Amino acid sequence: MRTPILLAAIGQHQRPYRYAVTNITLRVNVRPTSRDTRPVNLDLGTIDLPVTAYASITHRVTGVLMFFASFLMLWALDLSLASEASFNRLGDLASSPLAKGVTWAIASILTYHALAGIKHLIMDAGIGETMRGGVLGARIVFVLAAISAGVWGLLIW
Amino acid sequence: MVTSVTSFSRTGLSDWLIQRVTSLVLLAYFIVIAYQLLGSVDYTSWRLLFDQTWMKVFTLMAALSLAAHSWIGLWSVFTDYLTERMLGPKGNIIRLLCQLGASLALVGYVFWVVVIIWS
Repeated sequence: MRTPILLAAIGQHQRPYRYAVTNITLRVNVRPTSRDTRPVNLDLGTIDLPVTAYASITHRVTGVLMFFASFLMLWALDLSLASEASFNRLGDLASSPLAKGVTWAIASILTYHALAGIKHLIMDAGIGETMRGGVLGARIVFVLAAISAGVWGLLIW
Repeated sequence: MVTSVTSFSRTGLSDWLIQRVTSLVLLAYFIVIAYQLLGSVDYTSWRLLFDQTWMKVFTLMAALSLAAHSWIGLWSVFTDYLTERMLGPKGNIIRLLCQLGASLALVGYVFWVVVIIWS
């Protein structure tokens, strides 16, 4: 059964009366502890995710990818500054089809991550914090990131 | 149970602020780098850029920001998915090993940048 994510997150869909019967206001805001044996449904495959969730997950995935990409970027920086010969060698390496693909991927991943981060900063400033604003912001980020990926492709090839 | 003991600054509020300040440093740095790379860049001009003190300091700031930013981001990801609830009894060990590996890598990144810039 597919469950709306908000209800799934607070567990209300399974135990509608629990909060009403015991400790009426306090329980709701208490973080579950390790002794809490109530079932948690966070199986993402069973939850209807809104576009904001996909934007958030992509932000996380691109962030983890950037952690690994940083290694390649540092390696390239090292080569580019070591000597004129290694600078030229890097230039030769970077013109291979595989290297161009990797460069395009890193540029696009970084651009998505930056755009989603800028969206966060804008929302921190109190702009677009509503559900509608969040959905609109997520869509704008996806569209701008797709356009950027296209522009990076044009610049690289 | 997941605690804040391996978070970057021990409190969520200051992690939140550090994450944002470092993001601005990194954004500015990558814009400068992209601007340079999009122009016609040769070894002489590239070397000259990185020989300037402000660029060395900026690059070191970016490296330190990368380390803090990655630590906080990876901590959020690890403590969400690499847990006993998601992975069973070995969850905590797996998470701590990943955090150890990530922190060693980040220290390595910063050290690497220092070597690149000042040698």
